[in-house]
This record gives sequence, structure tokens and C-alpha cells, in this order.
Amino acid sequence: MSAVTGYRPSATLPIWAEVRRQASRRRTQLALGFMVLLPLIILVAFEFGGNNDDDGNGGGAFGSLVDLATSGGLNFALFCLAVSAGFLLVVVVALFCGDPVASEASWGSLRYLLAIPVPRVRLLAVKLVVALGYSLVALLTLATTGLLVGTLRYGWHPLGSTIAAAVPPGQGLLRLLGIVAYLAVIMLVVAGLAFLLSVLTDAALGAVGGAVLLWILSSILDQITALGSVRYLLPTHFSDAWLGLLSTPPQVDDLVKGAIAAICYATLFWSLAFWRFTRKDITS
Amino acid sequence: MPSLRSLRFTRRRVVAGSVVLVLVAALVGWAAWPDRTGWTSADEQITVKTGPAGTESVDLDARLYLPRDRDGKVPAVLLAHGFGGTKESVSDNAEELADRGYAVLTWTAQGFGRSGGQIHLDSPDYEVRDAQGLLDWLAARPEIQLDAAGDPRVGVVGGSYGGALALLLAGQDSRVDAIVPSITWNDLSKVFLQQSADTTATGVFKKGWAGLYFGNGAATLLPDAPEPAGSDPACGRFAADVCAAYLQLATTGTADATTLEVLRKSSPATVLDKIKAPTLLIQGAVDTLFPLSEGDANAKGIAATGTPVKVAWFTGGHDGGAGPQTDQDRVKYLTVQWLDHYVKGEGDAPSDDFTYSRVAGFSALDRGLVTNGYSTEAYPGLGGTGSTQVSLAGPAQPVANPPNGNPAALSSLPGAGSRLSELLGGVAADIPGQYATFESTPVTGAIEVAGSPTVRLRAASPTGEATLFVKLYDVDQDGAETLSAGLIAPVRLTGLPASIEQAQPVTVTLPAIVRRIDTGHLVRVVVATSDQAFLTPAKPAVYTVQVESTLTLPTVVGTPIANPQTIWRWVLGGLLLVIALGLAVVLLIRRRLRRRRHDETIEEYAETPLVVRGLRKAYADGFVAVEEISFSVQRGQVVGLLGPNGAGKTTTLRVLMGLTMPTSGDALVFGHRLMPGAPILSRVGALVEGPGFLPHLSGLENLKAYWRATGRPEADAHFDDALEIAGLGDSVHRKTKKYSHGMRQRLAIAQAMLGLPELLVLDEPTDGLDPPQIAEMRRVLKRYATDGRAVLVSSHLLAEVEQTCTHAVVVNKGRIVASGPVEDIVGESPSVQIEVSDVPAASLILEKLGVRSVTPDGASGLIVDMNGTSRSEAVASLVRAGVDVDRVVPRRRLEDAFLALVGDNSRGSGDR
Repeated sequence: MSAVTGYRPSATLPIWAEVRRQASRRRTQLALGFMVLLPLIILVAFEFGGNNDDDGNGGGAFGSLVDLATSGGLNFALFCLAVSAGFLLVVVVALFCGDPVASEASWGSLRYLLAIPVPRVRLLAVKLVVALGYSLVALLTLATTGLLVGTLRYGWHPLGSTIAAAVPPGQGLLRLLGIVAYLAVIMLVVAGLAFLLSVLTDAALGAVGGAVLLWILSSILDQITALGSVRYLLPTHFSDAWLGLLSTPPQVDDLVKGAIAAICYATLFWSLAFWRFTRKDITS
Repeated sequence: MPSLRSLRFTRRRVVAGSVVLVLVAALVGWAAWPDRTGWTSADEQITVKTGPAGTESVDLDARLYLPRDRDGKVPAVLLAHGFGGTKESVSDNAEELADRGYAVLTWTAQGFGRSGGQIHLDSPDYEVRDAQGLLDWLAARPEIQLDAAGDPRVGVVGGSYGGALALLLAGQDSRVDAIVPSITWNDLSKVFLQQSADTTATGVFKKGWAGLYFGNGAATLLPDAPEPAGSDPACGRFAADVCAAYLQLATTGTADATTLEVLRKSSPATVLDKIKAPTLLIQGAVDTLFPLSEGDANAKGIAATGTPVKVAWFTGGHDGGAGPQTDQDRVKYLTVQWLDHYVKGEGDAPSDDFTYSRVAGFSALDRGLVTNGYSTEAYPGLGGTGSTQVSLAGPAQPVANPPNGNPAALSSLPGAGSRLSELLGGVAADIPGQYATFESTPVTGAIEVAGSPTVRLRAASPTGEATLFVKLYDVDQDGAETLSAGLIAPVRLTGLPASIEQAQPVTVTLPAIVRRIDTGHLVRVVVATSDQAFLTPAKPAVYTVQVESTLTLPTVVGTPIANPQTIWRWVLGGLLLVIALGLAVVLLIRRRLRRRRHDETIEEYAETPLVVRGLRKAYADGFVAVEEISFSVQRGQVVGLLGPNGAGKTTTLRVLMGLTMPTSGDALVFGHRLMPGAPILSRVGALVEGPGFLPHLSGLENLKAYWRATGRPEADAHFDDALEIAGLGDSVHRKTKKYSHGMRQRLAIAQAMLGLPELLVLDEPTDGLDPPQIAEMRRVLKRYATDGRAVLVSSHLLAEVEQTCTHAVVVNKGRIVASGPVEDIVGESPSVQIEVSDVPAASLILEKLGVRSVTPDGASGLIVDMNGTSRSEAVASLVRAGVDVDRVVPRRRLEDAFLALVGDNSRGSGDR
């Protein structure tokens, strides 16, 4: 008998234990709370902002979405997602995925978990699953709150878009779910990057900030059309492809390419993270 | 230390860094490296004889592209540009064709750019004769493949103005082997005087496009080009007859005989029966200048003589531009296939199938159109392969003709470029009072329209004439109407009665469209009196119009052309499968390896809590933290690991916790080898390198969270015992971030003891504790090491080890310098340090007492190994002999041993 009675490697660090570990943290509560708060803030802004929206920044990808945001609950939820997709969601996902390993390392509790022993692969897998779970919960919270608040205030109407005819509410809800799903897939890149950095560094802030910074860098490079086909390799190149779900019939070609890119990047980053973590000396 | 170490450039890091750098450089280089073009080009000034008599010389600004790696002579392509363009406007196409092994000759047509001459609108006497001169020139080039002397192997490709040239040249010169004309006209007189009704009356002047083109041609003078002598400012570079024809047409809205002659002469319609070159006709569905009907007329005319003709439609044209990428790719593919077979002689004969595309929606990202491609086995013409009749309802309605056509309805924006989305989104606007509507009920099934819809129209006019515009709107459930491609049917009717009852119906053929009218949409036919793109009668009048109930919609149900993009879906599926398989394989291999590694037991040590054998740890940067350490901890022992800072204690303990992999040697716990994640670690409790707690949780919550992570039953934890040891009282409910150092330390010891592990490993356990707590801790540890349990304590404090431990292991510079029971190391009688007034005298006295040794220590000190002699006896003897004793301090052997072993060196081994 090698282990003590009652110890099973596969029973260590149960998912639920890790969920509670993270749930008790202030940053988790704040991030999830903000996902509820944001639609309310936007709603208040629309209510008090008046209708003078001719401030000259129309015409962008979101210009039409702003105009339509108050046309119904679906459009309101869509607007909430659209304004968050570029930065807020990235930060939140980077926070949930970049923080768990690095912060345990900085508190010094990581070595005690490993001495239990929680097998390193299991520790990383549980942390990753829970981090992804929290990221998804944040995304769903944002979408659900937006949908709920928007429907209560603006009613249950077809999903309108200026690039195609309005989509009936039932199908519109499916499209919205599709957009949420695509955003979730695209965010895998951020999740992968943040998680890898989390394993490489003891500074949680470094992991979160590094992932956000690299994401922004990729977005900037994507703006430079002179880079030509190199841009197709950037993880952010297809990050706006979910707009294709607003047209009729939905255009999924770019979504598929975006998903392929995101999954490739995430797999690469996670493989590196596991490879590194199972070999490194824990010195913190 | 670790941070400094991580900055060092080890060989591994340098290698890894270099590999990454090389990869990045290679990627950037690959992306940025300019492609070596597969062709060379040279600008030529070609002088050709032109004019009706072939006597006028004109210099053409030309460029010949030749494939770089050509094998012998190559076939040629004459690539003509559109109206208002130059040889530069087709350079992209020329390069692509040259890449495919053709010699490509592009030139600026006369009257444009740097070429001489005037614009004769593809006149057979001028532009077409120029092109014949170019054929002669090509035939004289040594690089060009010949069919016969003076007859080059050549295809002619061109769009719009260049497309008509291709048709007219093929009709005039039999040396042409194949042509690919696109978005071009059949009969200019019908184009600019468009008539959609089946009457003989002259059509309606298309003033928007005509004016745009006339202005365009007049303004094509380059700043540095020589002004043609005696040019008329009203005509620019237009030839006098063309200019006069335009002025006549634009002034009156009808064409006189001279004008008609000019327009007819420039129309391929006159030469279609002479064209023997296989023709690929590409026509745009978003083209209000040369609509699909022009291409249809060309196709029918050429095919009538048995010449191979293939037709393709794309979603673009003079209004729609080059169209979506999928359409551009299809057109390019068809063109190359046509040329390869009929000019180069490669590849099978292209089939007779007809391909077209239909708008599927808008691209969300670039706001362009997205189309789906379809094919049918043969070209169906404009009548479709089937037809659907839709009933229209609406009474006869009066409509007003505005004076001078102002205000006028809007249908298309000639020359506005290729903002397809806006065009299809509906720039269309009708002026109230100027139009009549006739509507169907919502259609019960989707209608896939491809071709020219027809309606019958009756009209009455007080003047006997009426100019009307018939439009077909697709109206969705919300009432949003779309005028497909902005196409409308202008109608000029003459000999009309004044009352609608007497009016005879005429058949109006609406412009051919490709559109799917979805279920639930309705069809609205609008008859309007004005349009900004056309010239309408200047006098106001009120007409009465009535559209008869039957609208005939030609339909084509094509086979969808596979979207090459769908391959990515399979790629995605494959990718997910590969990842899932890879993950499964990795997990299986790991599980197998794990089981093999962890199941090994070395029976000899199965009952020994800890055996360390030849442990060595060298870091990647060459730093050796532990040279070689071997010791064991038996049941019931409290072993002290003693050594100065940096001696290698902590590294040893890290290995014991499975945090660090040893370079060589191993550590066995109950006969199992320790490695990261080894299950045997569950029988070890540890405190290494200070406490580690979740700062936002209380002490108790931290212990509970820790125990939850073990996955073991809560009853096994013995929380009460642990909390008693921690002795935190009510503070156990406060957050650990508010704890003092000592409180955290005690909590960490309590955590290490959770579950009462058989081996307890504590690194500097008394760090931060006050003296009473230290005393308590000693008792706890001594008590702990009963019932077969063992404790390993590391410390740099001698007293602590001496008072707490049963055994000690002294480490210095990564090596063991002494080990054994504390008593053995300390010895039975400890030495004493005595300070006396007279050192030599005292030494003599003490030696007589039979002590083991006397060693001078400083000016007035002596270190005496008492060897059983009591301290009181020694002091009494000294005092009796008159030696003053200032101080008597017991001195432990361990300290002596320690100092002797490690040297009186305050520098740790980490500073080596």
C-alpha cells in the first residue's frame, strides 16, 4: 500500500473544491457582478442619454448596432455582447484563466497542493476546467442579463440588423446563442494564452496583463492591411466574424475559420502549459 | 536567488531563444519576400495604319508581357481595356495571364491615355483596324506561336469597351482564335435608346450613362499629353462623327439616321454572323448600362452560325463592379479554361453548362455581397427553364409626367461605383403622384427567378405618346421593397388613345434579373413616369396606366456550385477529432507510465519513513544546491536537519515534497520513490519555505479548503487536534492576511499535521514563534513522533535541534558532515567555557583534575572538556588555588562539532 487510506489521486482537488476556492475570491465576485451590472449601466445610459446619437462615429461595425440596440431585448443583448467582445470579455477571460495557477504560486499554497499530492496534470486540468467554466458563466451572465433587462424594457421583438432583414424572435434567439457560442470559442485563444502565462510566471497580474496585451497587439497588427496574408494567422483576425450570424442566411465560413484558428491556438498554448508544468521545479 | 538565476543565459535558453528567433524571422521573411514574377514586360510604341482607307498612322501605347520560363513560342492574348481606361487598368489581368504562359499584349486604345488618335467607339475603321495592326505586330514577334505566316495564335479578352472590340475584331478578322468578351453591348442604338415594349417606337434615351461616358471620354486627356490640333472643346478626344451623334441624341432624345448609323457601326450585332472564334460571354446581372439582354443577344447571334458559345452571369457589372470574390474566381476560372482549350490547346473542351450566381446576403465584415453560385446544363436564355405566373391586382391609375423630368424617381446611380450593397439595399425611390402600383398576394412558395419577367401594359395619353418605366419590386413581410439590381424597363409608347378603355395591351419585357422571391413576400409592379437615368418628355401630362393581371416570371432551378469554403468545416471536424485522439493517446500513455513508476516498492525500506540516498540537485544554470546527501529517518525519531543558510536543506526538503526533481539519487518514503505526484506523498505532512494560505479565507476555512483538496474523508483530518496545536483561539475565524507571522507559522504546522501523517517534514518550524510557543512546539513534536510516526525538522538553530531532536544530520555546502543521535554528537559531558584571571595557572589546575582537554579561548578564556568532572568541583579547585573565576558557561559539543564541521564561516554555501 503506497498511499494513505482514503487517498485517491483522481479524487484530489475535486472540481467543486476548486469552484469554491475561486468563488470565495473577491475578483471572481466582482467580475461576475460586473457582468450583471454592465447591461444595467447601458440601459440607464440609453434611458438618460437621449436620442442625439449623431456624434459622427457611425458607420463602424457597431454603428448600426447602437441604433438598433433599443429595438428589442435581443438587440439589446446583442449590443451588450458587441461592446464587450473587444475588450471587457478578453479581460474577464484572461482574469479567470491567467490568475488561478499564478496566484496560488504567489500565495505559496501551490506547493502544498502539490504535496498533498494533487497530481500536476490533475491540478492543471481542474484549474483549467473551472477557469473555463467561470469564463463561460461570465459570458452567459452578460448575455442573459442583457436579454432579460432588454426584453423587460424594450420588449420581445425580432432581431434587427442593418445588413439584413430582421430575424424573427425565435430564430433570433438561436442566432444570439450562436454568437455567444462563437465568442466563447474565440475567447479560447485568450484563455489558452493567459493559462500558459499563468503557469510560466508567479505573478498573476503578469499573466492576465500579458494575455490582454498580446491580444491587443494582435488586434493592432490585424488593422495593418499591408501585412497581407500574414493577418490570417493572427488569432484576432476572425474575432468579428460573429457579425456573419446577423445576415440572412447566416454566413458561417468565417466563423468556421475563426473557430479553427482559436482551437489551434488554444490547443497549442494548453499543450505548452501542461508540458511545462509537469516538468518544472516549483520554486515558489 | 531564483530571480537572479533565471536571468542567466544557459545554453538551453540560448538555443531555445535562437530557434524561436529564427522561426519568427523565417515567417516574416517568407511573408515579406517579394515573389519573383513569372513574366517580363516591355513597353512598346506601336504605330498602326488605321482609318477607312488604312492610311492614317496612329501611335498606340502598348505593353507586351512574356512568360519568363517559356518553352519555345507561346500563344498570345490581346487584352483590351474598358472605356476611359488605359493599358494600366488591365495590368493585373495581364500579369495573371502571363503567369499562365501567355504572351499578353495590352494597349491603350486610340483616343485614350498616351495613345494618339481619337475615340471612334470601337469603329471597325479605327479601333478594330488598330487591333488588326496589333495582330500583324504580334505575328512578326519571334516569341509568338503562329497558325500560319502572319497569323498569330491569339485570343482576345476584354470587358465593356474592350469586350465589344473583341467581338467586332473577331467578326472582322478570322485570325482570332477565341474571344472572351464581358459586360459588353450588342447594339448601341438599343442600349442608349432602350425600349422594353414590343413596339417599333424608338426607345428612351439613357441620358445618365450616355452623359457619364461622353464626359469621361472628353476628359481623358492626360496633363502632359499633346493637345490634338484643332480639337473642339465640346468634343474633347471624341471623333467628330461620334461627338455629333451624341450631341444630336442628347439634345432631342431620339436618333436621326446619321446617329443611328454611327451607333450601328460600333455594334457587334452587325458582325455576329461572321464570328467564327469560340466565344465565352460573361455578362453582369447588376448592370443598368449593358444588361443581361445584351449578352443574350450576342450569344444567340453567334450561336446561330454554329460557333461554340458559352454564357456565364455574375453578380456585378457596370453598377456592381467586379462582384464578390467567389464570382471573380469563377469568371477567372472560366476565362482561363476557355483560353487554355481554344488558344493554347490544353485541357478538355469546356462544357456547355451555364453558371450564374444569386445574392445570398451581405458579408457582415466587409459589407460586400455574398453570392451562391449555380449551374445548369445549358444556357436557358432570358426565358428561363420554366415559368411561374403571379396575379397582379390594381385598378387603372392616373400618373403625372413631371415637366422636364423633374422631380424624377431614382432607380440606379450610374457611375457610382461598386457599392453593391447600397444598390441592392434600395436607393430606389418613387415620387408620389408619378407612379401606379399593381400588387400580388404573398407568394405561397419561393420563386427562383432568372431571366426577364413579362407583363402586359395598357396606357392612355392625351398626347398620344407616353414614356413609362416599369419596375418589379420584391416586397418582404415588413413592407420593405427591393428593386433588384436597380434595373427598370423603360417604355416609349406612341399612338395611344386618350382613354384607357380603348388602349391596346403591349407586352413589356422587364430587365433580366436573378433573384429568389421568398415565401410570404409579394411582388409589386410599379409604372412610373420619370427616372433620373432617362430622358423623359419635357411637357407635363397625365397618363392612365393599367397592368394586366398576369406577371410571368421565368425560373431556373440550378444546381448549387459547391462552395470551396465548406472544406473548412471538414477541416474543423478533423481538427477536433485529431485533438480528441491525441488527448486520449497522451492520457493512456501517461496512465500506463504512472502506474509502472508508482507501483515500485523497495521492500528493504518498506518500514522506514524516510531514506535519502545519494541525493544531488544541480540546477539548469549549473548551480549545485545539493552535492550529495544520504540519511534516513526511522519511526519514532525526530531528526534535525542542521546547517547554515544555503547548505542545501530547503532543496532537500523540496525534493521530499515532490516539488523538485533530483538530478541524481532518490528519496524513499516507506520504500516508495518520491517524485512529483507520487501517491506516497499522501503519508507526508509538510511545511516548507513558510506558510502558504489563501489570504481571503480565515484560518479555519484555509484548513478546510486544504483538506477538501486532498479528497479524503473529513473525519480523517482531526481538525480539533490541529487547531489545538495551532492555538489560535478565536483568531482562527479571521482572514489569514491579517495574521502575524507567528500565527501563520502555527497554522501552517497545524495544516502539515492534518490527517496525522506518518512522516512530518517541517522547515524552520519555530520561525516567528515566541519562546513559550517554541517550548510548546518542542513538546508537540516530541509527542508526535510516537506511535511509529517520524518527524524531520530542518533548522539553522543549534539549540532548537539539540533540544527537540533525537537525531541530527549536519549539512554544509551540500554535503553531510555529521549524522547520528544527538547524544552521540553532543557527547555525555558537555564542554564548559571558563573565564579566569590567570589562564596558565588555571590550565594546570584543571589538567590535574583529569579533564579530557583544556583549550585556550581568547585572552582570558578556556574551553574545558569536563569528562565527568563536575562544574562545581572545577570551580572550587580554581578558587582554592587563588584563580579568580569570572564566568562559567556550559558549552555544547554540538556547537563545537558544528563549528568544527562547517568552519567558522558565516557565508552560506549559496554564496559560493
